[in-house]
Amino acid sequence: MTTTTTQPSPTRGESTLTAPVAGKRADKVFKGVALAAGVLILVVLAAVSMFLLVQAWPLIGGDQTANSETISTFTGGKAHSFWGYVGPLLFGTVLVAALALVIAFFVSVGIALFISHYAPRRLAAVLSYIVDLLAAIPSVIYGLWGGLVLVPSIYPFWNWVAQYLGWIPLFAGPASNPPRTVATVALVLAIMILPIITSMARDIFQQTPKLLEEAALGLGATKWEMIKLAVLPFGKSGIVSASMLGLGRALGETMAVLMILSPGLKYSFKLLQASQNQTIAANIAAQYPEADSIGVSVLIGTGLVLFVLTFLVNLLARRITEKAGK
Amino acid sequence: MGQHIDVNHLNIYYGSFLAVEDVNLNIEANKVTAFIGPSGCGKSTVLRTLDRMHEITPGAYCTGEVLLEGQNLYAKDVDPVAVRRDVGMVFQRPNPFPTMSIRQNVLAGVTLNNRSISKSDADDLVEWALRGANLWNEVKDRLDNPGIGLSGGQQQRLCIARAVAVHPQVLLMDEPCSALDPISTLAVEDLINELKQDYTIVIVTHNMQQAARIADYTAFFNLKAVGQPGHLEYFADTTTMFNNPQNEEAERYVSGHFG
Amino acid sequence: MSQPTIDFDKFKPTRSYIAARKRKDIVMRVLIVLAFIVALIPLISLLWTTVVRGVTRLNWDFLSHNMTNVIGGNPTPSGGYGGILHAVIGTLEITLGAMLISIPVGVMCAVYLIEYAGKSRLATTIHLLVDVMSGIPSIVAGLFAYSMFALVVGPGTINGFEGSVALSLLMIPTVVKTTEEMLKIVPNDLREASLALGVTKQRTITKIVLRTALPGIVSGSILAIARVIGETAPLLMTAGYIVSTNMNLFSGEMTTLPVYVYQEYSKYRANCSAEAATGCVTTIPMERAWSAALVLILLVLILNLIGRIVARVFSAKKK
Repeated sequence: MTTTTTQPSPTRGESTLTAPVAGKRADKVFKGVALAAGVLILVVLAAVSMFLLVQAWPLIGGDQTANSETISTFTGGKAHSFWGYVGPLLFGTVLVAALALVIAFFVSVGIALFISHYAPRRLAAVLSYIVDLLAAIPSVIYGLWGGLVLVPSIYPFWNWVAQYLGWIPLFAGPASNPPRTVATVALVLAIMILPIITSMARDIFQQTPKLLEEAALGLGATKWEMIKLAVLPFGKSGIVSASMLGLGRALGETMAVLMILSPGLKYSFKLLQASQNQTIAANIAAQYPEADSIGVSVLIGTGLVLFVLTFLVNLLARRITEKAGK
Repeated sequence: MGQHIDVNHLNIYYGSFLAVEDVNLNIEANKVTAFIGPSGCGKSTVLRTLDRMHEITPGAYCTGEVLLEGQNLYAKDVDPVAVRRDVGMVFQRPNPFPTMSIRQNVLAGVTLNNRSISKSDADDLVEWALRGANLWNEVKDRLDNPGIGLSGGQQQRLCIARAVAVHPQVLLMDEPCSALDPISTLAVEDLINELKQDYTIVIVTHNMQQAARIADYTAFFNLKAVGQPGHLEYFADTTTMFNNPQNEEAERYVSGHFG
Repeated sequence: MSQPTIDFDKFKPTRSYIAARKRKDIVMRVLIVLAFIVALIPLISLLWTTVVRGVTRLNWDFLSHNMTNVIGGNPTPSGGYGGILHAVIGTLEITLGAMLISIPVGVMCAVYLIEYAGKSRLATTIHLLVDVMSGIPSIVAGLFAYSMFALVVGPGTINGFEGSVALSLLMIPTVVKTTEEMLKIVPNDLREASLALGVTKQRTITKIVLRTALPGIVSGSILAIARVIGETAPLLMTAGYIVSTNMNLFSGEMTTLPVYVYQEYSKYRANCSAEAATGCVTTIPMERAWSAALVLILLVLILNLIGRIVARVFSAKKK
């Protein structure tokens, strides 16, 4: 040691190895708390399922005539059983969400490619930032905008579609005015899930190995051919799972649907006509304030159906990501 | 003063994989012992069992004995946290804590354990440890700057100061110079030479010239084939190891025929 | 053996083929740029209308009053048309409640997953469930909180804290995921360095690992807050809606900003009787909805900005 040692070596007596270590107890407590937090997640999800089941129980074990009466009042006599009630709602939910996904998918992939491969770096950074901010805009504001701005201004477009594409059953006219229709709602939902899909797809496109891209370009491929050869195959599973997440979000969206759609309970594909479909989430929010206790049970029952549906979609998304990971 | 270590019948596992087989070794107090050998022979693994860092890897464990001054580190009533107070470690890549200043880095071993330390005691300890690591003159005017602002060699000496400040008996060094430039390497080697007066030093190195320069004893680890467990092939004082080894494999290795 | 003669000219693409490829390249380029512009139109329209229509009624009176004493479209004694004070207070209290539940639980859960669990069965299950949780529709979270309070406290219970519980259900998975990401990028070297100094695992985690990851965790949590602060559906059924200010999170209904926007939107028009005062405005509910929406957007954007600045400062420091 250097000569300037200012601290004497402590005298070594018996070994200190077996002496109790300070902080051992805190160590155990901390580990316990962390474990408890992890287990809490399990408990909470079990609780979600259990509480919902308990509240929905009167639907199965309760007075069936009361149930069917409640459902009749909800639907104005159109449905009398739970499945007769939830069926059209489920249909409407899937229809709206799927349409939204179809609209959003291509636009999102386009924007993601623009940000990752076409825009200059500066611009790309700004755009990424804007996309992330848009994902944060509350759904009630999309609903407000959809209801007050989009609905009045989009009628001429839907009318045009009904006139010229009306021979396709989906676009059968006449287009409703105001267009509080599935088509308009799907458009708003598409705008809402756009940032979600875009930001995930962008992240994956940006991770495309430079080597792959350069190999394609080195063979004389044009930029689009390079994207088709290298970027899209690389990002395929990522795009699919991003779309699934977007779909999950659209399935569960409440406010935008509630504030725009004029509801109906039909198995109908007439996108441009009002009062055809309703989604589960919006239906819960709409009926909830006036529902009595049996009514609440019925609504919670529909909520469970929605929960299972989104659960399956998310599980599917996860499976796809996992497969790609291997 | 440093303490000596005896290793008896040490088998080291990663899960069901036997990584190192039956090591028997005596490491003398206040000497520098170097571990050399080809990649994958388990020399770093053995080093990490000497302060019970090996078992941090999930599924890793070992059997056999490691005796520090006659006391088994793997006895039931020994806490690994206490072992690491007595046996310090310096890693391959300098790893000062990025959220701490130079001064806080040196004191980390004390403050992280919630020990209260008066300012004057802390000042003394910082100066002592940094002087011990030959770093004091370079950093004494900027002790409150972040530790990661130093050069690689300075960072490594800061890590040595941090290890020394806990006042261990043994210092383990896992290729401490492999990430450093030649000049920084020399500075660290000089430091190791000084440190052995107060500590027992065990150093893993890839660099045979380095082992020859600084070690008193050298242990040569080898493995029969990839996927086979490593073992201690030959142990000798450094002069014998590099000039007249009594082991064929060791001779081939030190003369550069393989590895 | 004679070398086969290869006529390389045969393999050369024809001129028309090259032109076709080039055209396709340009078409795709145009389509991609078009996708971007098409997407921008609604988004710009949304922000523009919110700002333009929002500022008309956004003033101090609007921010400092609640909706008591507001009759139809008539002006209140203070000269305004009611305001959002109660909704701002409700939003802050309910979000704070959600924060106090989800941040500790989320961070500790992530610590368990990254620092303790390794690849155990339990950890895989928790991972899966966190993913499932992040997909729970917000209205289902509301139903859950409502059912839980109905069973535990009593049927028909509605209060602010119930809203906090619903929101924390939505927030926990985000906090867990971002914290996990942040813990993963803390270099293992630092954990080893600390453990090698004879520091216990708990102190290593709290003082080295969490301390190093802190800016990332803070920024992630802020982004999670920004996400739930705009939630409407779950609060409709758990926290309810009132016109007066309620400071007590644990009792009585509480209005939040998004719910306020929705309620004003559903009113559509205010009554102005024939003998009403001259200041009576029939479209006032929509104007209030836009102003509240503007405040909400500003709140969310500011939170986002803070979150990003924290993250930026962190990454700059790492260099």
